[in-house]
Amino acid sequence: MGKSGNIIELIDVKKIFDDETVAVDCFNLEVKKGEFVTFLGPSGCGKTTTLRMIAGFELPTSGKILLNGEDISRLPPNKRPVNTVFQKYALFPHLNVYENIAFGLRLKKIENTYADKDGKTIVKKQKLTKAEIDKKVKTALEIVDLEGFEKRGVSTLSGGQQQRIAIARAIVNEPEILLLDEPLGALDLKMRKEMQIELKKMHKKLGITFIYVTHDQEEALSMSDKIVVINDGEIQQIGTPTEIYNEPVNTFVADFIGESNIFNGAVVGKLKVKFCGATFDCLDDYEINQLVDVVVRPEDIKICAPSEGQLKGKVISSVFKGVHYEITVAIGKFEIIIQSTYTAAAGSTIGLRIEPDGIHLMEKVYTVNKYDGVITKNNTVEFGDGEFECDITQLYAGSHIDEEGYLITAQGEKLDLTGTEVTVEVDTHSIQMTDDEAAGGAQGNIISMIYKGDHYRYIVRTEENEEDYVFSCPDLWNTGDLVGIIIPKDKIKLNLKVTEEGKE
Amino acid sequence: MKKIRFNRSQLCIPYAVFLVLFVIAPLFVIVYYAFTNGEGNFTFANFVGFFSSTNTLGTLLYSFLLSIVTTLVCLIIAYPTAYILARSNFKKKYVLLLLFILPMWINFTLRITALKEILSVIEGNLAAYPFFNSVIGMTFDFLPFMILPLYTSLLKLDNSLLEAAADLGGNKFTVFLRITLPLSIPGIVSGVTMVLLPSMTNYVVLDMLYNSTYIMGSLIGSYFSAYDWNNGSMISLVLLIIIFLVTLVTNRFSDKDTNSRGAVL
Repeated sequence: MGKSGNIIELIDVKKIFDDETVAVDCFNLEVKKGEFVTFLGPSGCGKTTTLRMIAGFELPTSGKILLNGEDISRLPPNKRPVNTVFQKYALFPHLNVYENIAFGLRLKKIENTYADKDGKTIVKKQKLTKAEIDKKVKTALEIVDLEGFEKRGVSTLSGGQQQRIAIARAIVNEPEILLLDEPLGALDLKMRKEMQIELKKMHKKLGITFIYVTHDQEEALSMSDKIVVINDGEIQQIGTPTEIYNEPVNTFVADFIGESNIFNGAVVGKLKVKFCGATFDCLDDYEINQLVDVVVRPEDIKICAPSEGQLKGKVISSVFKGVHYEITVAIGKFEIIIQSTYTAAAGSTIGLRIEPDGIHLMEKVYTVNKYDGVITKNNTVEFGDGEFECDITQLYAGSHIDEEGYLITAQGEKLDLTGTEVTVEVDTHSIQMTDDEAAGGAQGNIISMIYKGDHYRYIVRTEENEEDYVFSCPDLWNTGDLVGIIIPKDKIKLNLKVTEEGKE
Repeated sequence: MKKIRFNRSQLCIPYAVFLVLFVIAPLFVIVYYAFTNGEGNFTFANFVGFFSSTNTLGTLLYSFLLSIVTTLVCLIIAYPTAYILARSNFKKKYVLLLLFILPMWINFTLRITALKEILSVIEGNLAAYPFFNSVIGMTFDFLPFMILPLYTSLLKLDNSLLEAAADLGGNKFTVFLRITLPLSIPGIVSGVTMVLLPSMTNYVVLDMLYNSTYIMGSLIGSYFSAYDWNNGSMISLVLLIIIFLVTLVTNRFSDKDTNSRGAVL
């Protein structure tokens, strides 16, 4: 048996597809019996791949999947006590509702224990009888609220009804874990809300473990016991919905879950942080002078009279959203979004207050871009799938380059640096983008953008070796855009690689 | 100025003209000839003659047998091929598909002549195995017509259905038997229709293989070449009715699915 209470454990699970894309990396997760766990992340983040590895449709490249302590990662799907509800239902079109639900039951063999006439007990593997199957199908249909639908063809059912049949077909087998792959994605909003409540009820009633995949954060927050936020094949954060929402560990989670204002801040004193030009009390303890990302939820900002506010700003717009107003306020060059039940007229000046518990600090993940590079024969440097002009004289203090391109050190030594390995550092504010890809030293697609009040933080990833460039830029671009990366010559910091020989 | 406007029904005029001229009118001619004798008088004698002669009935039975065996052989060869082409990750599968389609690009006469040469090298005397040769010749000719509908219907098969069946406890064999096979029935039906019906009447292949056997097609041919329009038409009509009945049966077989997946016919 595995650790007590864990029904399934994923240990260092990694999946690399044939085309060498890494879909899932270093996935470690423990799920307790009876939990409702949600994999949440943007499309293509690896959440469905992870689910498919648990179901057995994909085999992990490395790592283990333990079910009740036993490694099942190499078992075919039909040997695993888990059942899946598919995204597009995958109901069998040639079978009616009854036959669809009974499909798993007809294949199942259960052990029956008999006492024969000599009093010995015999264990026989037997198929379920017709009466048993009838009864189970009927119960399953009752659970999904579709009694009397046995004889209907699946194509005559509405989307919502098909979804229910798909759920009935899975739960009728009494799996230890029910896997749900974006099961409500194809339903309209109203239907989706209803099904969310019903699924939650079903989970309570059946007591089996649910692993649910979705990209809808609201769905995840309202249904789960535990949320696993995934991005780029890696787990970002595991926690309860409240933990994930209130204490996001990084800006990705903060940005993905709910609305947030994210600013660059600096810790200026014990439990004091400065951002948007003002100093605030906060609850997160960081070292003084540490640069941090500050996350403030729109509903944690209170409107007050201009004189009483910690911040003062001008209302740009106010939009009624049903329960609250969404108010955009400009404070100098920063922009803040507020959700409030009160409105404020556009153009008016208001004060803003943020309580300490509304301010979440997180260590800056990206302060500088670091790469391994090689000097070329043209005295440029190759790194991050690109080639950039640079100043190689910084490698040797007081050196200069002669007319033939050799480096002359301060001692007059003549060096050919071609092929020299260096480490490259570029500040996050020294990189620029251009839509003329060819003009850049490297080319890549924007894979992430997060608004930080007065600028956006972008991550551009190259295609060839998936090198990332992290930087801030005030202009709005689109995720997925192919861009060229420009780095001014003087902003590329080079250091000789310290190798074993290099130390001597 | 008045614009010339077509409504949709006018667009089918060319086809309607073609249909009347070359399909419906000849059909009436056949019916006329089938129910008349050489003097042009109405008679059932042609039909009575056909159904009372053991010779002609024997030919009918033989044609049936030949076409059924041909269809089965085609199906047995085509299904695994289509399955591999449509479902596997086999890298060279397009080459394989091309190999099966390629004979369709080669002139029919050339193909059969080549086959004849190969067979006579193997068998020596072609006349020794008439039935066997007929089956080989027709299988050779009709195989692509079986593979293509099977290939398309297997290609359309939703992978998540197979995953769902495996997820519910089916091993590979069960999944094939319960999901893949039933869902490819429309493909099987249209493949069978496309092979069974022509192989009942196609006597050219047999002729070219120096085959002495008589099938329905050759029977019609021999009557027509003897200027016996009446008996030739009568047999054509009999065949027409048989084909109609077969189509009726096969269509019913695939009816369940035709709405959603559309059998090819």
